[in-house]
Amino acid sequence: MELTGAEIFVRCLQEEGVEFLFGYPGGAVLHIYDALYQQDKVKHILVRHEQAATHAADGYARSTGRPGCVLVTSGPGATNAVTGIATAYMDSIPMVVFTGQVPTALIGNDAFQEVDNIGITRPCVKHNFLVKDVHDLAETIKKAFYVATTGRPGPVVVDIPKDVSAHRCEYSYPKRVSMRSYNPVVKGHSGQIKKAVDLIMTAKRPMLYTGGGVILDNASKPLTEFARLMNFPITNTLMGLGAYPATDPLFVGMLGMHGTYEANMGMHNCDVLIAIGARFDDRVTGNIEKFCPTAKIIHVDVDPASISKNVKVDVPIVGGVDNVLKQMIKMVKDSNERPDPEALKEWWKQINEWRGMDCLKFDRTSEIIKPQYVVETLYRITKGDAYVTSDVGQHQMWAAQFYKFDKPRRWINSGGLGTMGFGFPAAMGVQLAHPDETVCCITGEGSIQMCIQELSTCRQYALPVKIINLNNRYLGMVRQWQEFFYQKRYAMSYMESLPDFVKLAESYGHAGMKIEKPGDVEGALIEAMKVRDRVVFLDFITDQHENVYPMIPAGAGQNEMILI
Amino acid sequence: MRHIISILVENEAGALSRVAGLFSARGYNIESLTVAPTEDPSLSRMTIVTTGTESIIEQITKQLNKLIDVVKLMDMTEGPHIEREMLLMKVIAKNSMREELKRVTDIFRGRIIDVTDASYIIELTGPGAKLDAFIQAVDPALILEVVRSGVSGIARGDKTLRL
Ligand SMILES: Cc1ncc(C[n+]2csc(CCOP(=O)(O)OP(=O)(O)O)c2C)c(N)n1
Repeated sequence: MELTGAEIFVRCLQEEGVEFLFGYPGGAVLHIYDALYQQDKVKHILVRHEQAATHAADGYARSTGRPGCVLVTSGPGATNAVTGIATAYMDSIPMVVFTGQVPTALIGNDAFQEVDNIGITRPCVKHNFLVKDVHDLAETIKKAFYVATTGRPGPVVVDIPKDVSAHRCEYSYPKRVSMRSYNPVVKGHSGQIKKAVDLIMTAKRPMLYTGGGVILDNASKPLTEFARLMNFPITNTLMGLGAYPATDPLFVGMLGMHGTYEANMGMHNCDVLIAIGARFDDRVTGNIEKFCPTAKIIHVDVDPASISKNVKVDVPIVGGVDNVLKQMIKMVKDSNERPDPEALKEWWKQINEWRGMDCLKFDRTSEIIKPQYVVETLYRITKGDAYVTSDVGQHQMWAAQFYKFDKPRRWINSGGLGTMGFGFPAAMGVQLAHPDETVCCITGEGSIQMCIQELSTCRQYALPVKIINLNNRYLGMVRQWQEFFYQKRYAMSYMESLPDFVKLAESYGHAGMKIEKPGDVEGALIEAMKVRDRVVFLDFITDQHENVYPMIPAGAGQNEMILI
Repeated sequence: MRHIISILVENEAGALSRVAGLFSARGYNIESLTVAPTEDPSLSRMTIVTTGTESIIEQITKQLNKLIDVVKLMDMTEGPHIEREMLLMKVIAKNSMREELKRVTDIFRGRIIDVTDASYIIELTGPGAKLDAFIQAVDPALILEVVRSGVSGIARGDKTLRL
């Protein structure tokens, strides 16, 4: 059957089982919008800014494991989407972004709303395609989904010129694609895994350090099994929170710049480090020269280029985290060797001593609302079962420290790129994917204003996202750095002329609450959770001068934390 | 260390910019880069000469392999290989200088491929270092123009870079 490119596009998305397409129309994609209009399988969500479309698709992807989908027009539509594409790229989130392009005959002519979208997005996508001929469209879309979702996932851009969406051709959707130049390794090399297990058996002070890769590969179960089987302490990166239950005694908290004392000291003093689906980011390692000075390192990652990139490792294992963990578990179970139990006992004693420092303590008697208290109360009220997105700044760190995630895919934040403005649109994607669940966006008055226009989208689709605004009237994280490292010269970190967030929310038809006393925090949260048909904007007026502790200052090692 | 990395890439628009973009984005050195189609029209072959520590070279090869358009990669420097580059040089060649230039060209096993009453064009093939030496050997005052092709490499013996 002959179909237009636009019709083919829609059919392909249906074949891929795409539920939601986040987008914004414009000239170059009008044929496609017309085809979308004439069907009801793929639901289009109209955002208010293309950046939000990418973040929403990203939130959908992170919370479900399925690829997020975006459709934007050429030129400004595409450039607005770039921040969200880069955000997804840094965190390896599967996403397919369709951008309109000017007709093929005009490409390169500085036509109206033309940008070199392939060129602009090249460094921040896993791959991108320009479709020059309608005959290639279906296969390209198939490839795009395949590349985005396999191996180390990531965003893929498909640029579709307007004439391609108008031209007709015979349609059939390929069942499978294979690409000779793309064959991600899934199965870990058993020889390497054996080496790793042998090394693990010699450990006296082992440490499991796991990241977002565990979540991306849905490997929480084998990870949990492995840690418990070995009785090893485990820390998660910011991206890896929820991969291991945070309330489990083996869990020592998040590591890194604002990680716990016990996690960072454990890293610094361990003798065998087992890194799984983590990438030795500079926010984790601190000064690389001082990183894990006494450890032999095992690194499991699906991306060979991640291995020995920042830190030279002793036993590299390329493979899917799930597959490798399962092989490891089997080898351990089949072996009658175990690490020295006495040494492990000593190690745990040491770790519990570090734990005793209670590095996340904060003033509980304050008359002013402490941001930590808000997150802690939110955790309690939602029974630890909410989906929590965040923006970037102090509130993000407090969310990571004080909300204890026991399940994967519940904690959704921009760890790699650190994109302010991510949290709220991401929460929309999460809420659409999980209409009956509680979705909270923990944010700051700086970040929330970067995509505040999405209040309108939430109204249109009746999305009951809870905005937890930790309002300190400062770009808090910037202010903290200025306090510590710039002698309190608070250059441009004070947020003046803030709107009345309650009225703002109400003007969109949502609910708003302003909370100024610690005694009102719990009640407000309980009240907010009851609202199911609109956003509740909770504007918590918090302590302006609160800082995030512990902190590893730039250039310091993991054992050189600033504690409160 | 200097490495010669050869890759087979999909003969697609944009493949070259992906490779070049990778080097600039990650701050890797490129000494030379050549690209041309192969006997298989769906593939191009690129040869990249780069320098870096072992760990940087390891990253370069991994990052190149990660590019979706890269089908196969070989680091020539890991084994015995042959490196060739071509140079064309236009020189002032008048009166007595003509003999001298002819002699130097012969010593380097080059050829004079174009002659006017005032100039020669010399063609020379060899490893990069030999071309460097030749340029050194010619009086700079006589050199009008130099063009080098960039390096090509091929492994010796039965090692091959093909699908
Ligand atoms: C788009 C973007 N611009 C700038 C920054 C730099 N930045 C990091 S944290 C921060 C302050 C965030 O302030 P706010 O959202 O109020 O959160 P708080 O730190 O006060 O909790 C800034 C400006 C960023 N991460 N993202």
